[in-house]
Amino acid sequence: MASNATHRLRRRMLATGHFIGLFLAMTVICLPGLWVILNSFRPTVEIMAKPAIWIPHELNLEHYTAMFGGAGEGGVPVITYFRNSLIISLTSTLIALLIGMAGGYAFARYRFRHKSLIFVALMVTRAVPGIALSLPIFILFGRIGIIDTHFGLILVYVAMNVPFTIWLIDGFFRQVPKELAEAAEIDGCTRWQAFWKVEFPVARAGIASAGIFAFLTSWNEYALASQLTRSVRSKTMPVGLLDFTSQFTLDWGGMCALAVLMIIPAALLTFLVQKHLIAGLTFGGVKG
Amino acid sequence: MALVKLTNVAKRYGSVAVVHAINLDIADGEFVVLVGPSGCGKSTTLRMIAGLEEISGGEIRIGDRVVNDLPPRERNISMVFQNYALYPHMTVRENLGFSLHIAKRPKAEIATAVDAAAEILSLTPLLDRKPGQLSGGQRQRVAMGRAIVRHPEVFLFDEPLSNLDAKLRTQMRVEIKRLHQKVGATVVYVTHDQVEAMTLADRIVIMRDGHIVQIGTPLEVFERPLNTFVGTFIGSPPMNLVAATVRGDSVVLTDGTTLPVPPGHAVQDGQAVELGIRADNMMPEGHAMPPTPHMAYVDMAVSLTEPLGTETLLFASLSGAEVQAKMLNPRPVRAGERMRFGIALDKCHLFDAATGATLRV
Repeated sequence: MASNATHRLRRRMLATGHFIGLFLAMTVICLPGLWVILNSFRPTVEIMAKPAIWIPHELNLEHYTAMFGGAGEGGVPVITYFRNSLIISLTSTLIALLIGMAGGYAFARYRFRHKSLIFVALMVTRAVPGIALSLPIFILFGRIGIIDTHFGLILVYVAMNVPFTIWLIDGFFRQVPKELAEAAEIDGCTRWQAFWKVEFPVARAGIASAGIFAFLTSWNEYALASQLTRSVRSKTMPVGLLDFTSQFTLDWGGMCALAVLMIIPAALLTFLVQKHLIAGLTFGGVKG
Repeated sequence: MALVKLTNVAKRYGSVAVVHAINLDIADGEFVVLVGPSGCGKSTTLRMIAGLEEISGGEIRIGDRVVNDLPPRERNISMVFQNYALYPHMTVRENLGFSLHIAKRPKAEIATAVDAAAEILSLTPLLDRKPGQLSGGQRQRVAMGRAIVRHPEVFLFDEPLSNLDAKLRTQMRVEIKRLHQKVGATVVYVTHDQVEAMTLADRIVIMRDGHIVQIGTPLEVFERPLNTFVGTFIGSPPMNLVAATVRGDSVVLTDGTTLPVPPGHAVQDGQAVELGIRADNMMPEGHAMPPTPHMAYVDMAVSLTEPLGTETLLFASLSGAEVQAKMLNPRPVRAGERMRFGIALDKCHLFDAATGATLRV
């Protein structure tokens, strides 16, 4: 009896400790995000106050109305930036996924010459910091005239994401037993049908998680986009944040408001596919 | 239903030959088992029949068609895989009906066929589950159901029972045999388990190193093995082999024990041979079946016993080789106990020591 009670006590203390630890970690992770959201709703005076004001005295939508307002009232072309971001991110993700699926499938299923060399080469491209490529890319794009276009940015993001999607999707297809496709072929499928009706649905969770990562990379990318976009024709939201800086002032509130608008679609998307995402990332663990 | 005919079928990976020009005729409705140790080419042969593996030479016929270059879907075959290969994202019902769905058959027809197959394999209560929610034996039955739904000409089984526990394996073995009797289709079945081969097959094909070693009915390969490999591979426990030399009409074991040459063998004086004795044909006196006219007797000390209930296996040393003998109506035996064993010579085999080939005529 006594040992039972101590055991229960220890279990409860462990659970509490666990909770506190998680709470601290989550605080560190979430605080900047919460600060951004908070700042987007309160006047600049309060944002700049020293010492910092943690509990807001006043909340309003001023920064949002200003942002959507005319050019003279601190407005920025939010809708246009949002549309640019969406077009560029979605298109580049889709293309990166298609190439990633084809490439990942090939690496997982087929034997060909220099396979491991090609694979390593693809991964090495990830080792080159994107910003180091910005000048060569800028010059090249300048020559062929695709600076400040959707196409230019899509091209860059596809190139950035393809090695990653190939690597991730290769891993997921490796976990799908090849007998599944063989069984499908015997059941009357062509090679192509066997892929789409059996292998693709089974690996879908993994492919979805690869898609999320590719989308978020493109959606949040700033360094290259700031070089390769010039105007509202192609500026994406991260670049648009810079509109809130001028020679002597920084409109922190406006910047936070735009940042919140950036976070919303990304968060929504992550929530929508979260089940897939988790299933995808723990794929190896849950298979019996 | 159809016959399957392999003519000089070979498989090479680069310069490595995995299957060497094998010939095999399988009759309509026949149950043929390919058996052999791992790496003998039996699975590769099956996969070549299925069309999952390209053939490097020869010709495969199913029915009256040469199928060398036909993809699996055009060969009208079904296959049950070792790991079942059930589609994990589909229910049992969808798994069973998948082939008909792909063939764009009407919904009502698919439902009837699926229900019929589920009925045969008692899967009806499981139709709406996913494979992940089934036990090993149930998955196995779904895999078989998926194979029978489309009434193929040939069934291919690739070690279908090796992932099941021993009890379930015995049970499924009977179900497969019953299924074959009911459906009557041609079956090619691959296994490394000689018990499965013996119990299921109309004919057994024993393979080694990419060659067919012997083809025959279970009793033929058991009673007349062509060489020591078949002799020791088929039958449990494996056939005892004892080195000996022919002297006149006797075989002399290395320790000097002399036995008459088993009847029905052609030997030369001085020939080095191996004497093959199955445990069933070497029994201690008083615990054996009635003796045959060709009995010979040896004295051996028992080193180990394996009681199996109705019989006990006795391990002993005969001329330096460890042999197993069978004791019927067993009594307890101490290790080290000396017993007199009767050997039924007319059931024994002589093999050439150099080639391993049988000397039976």
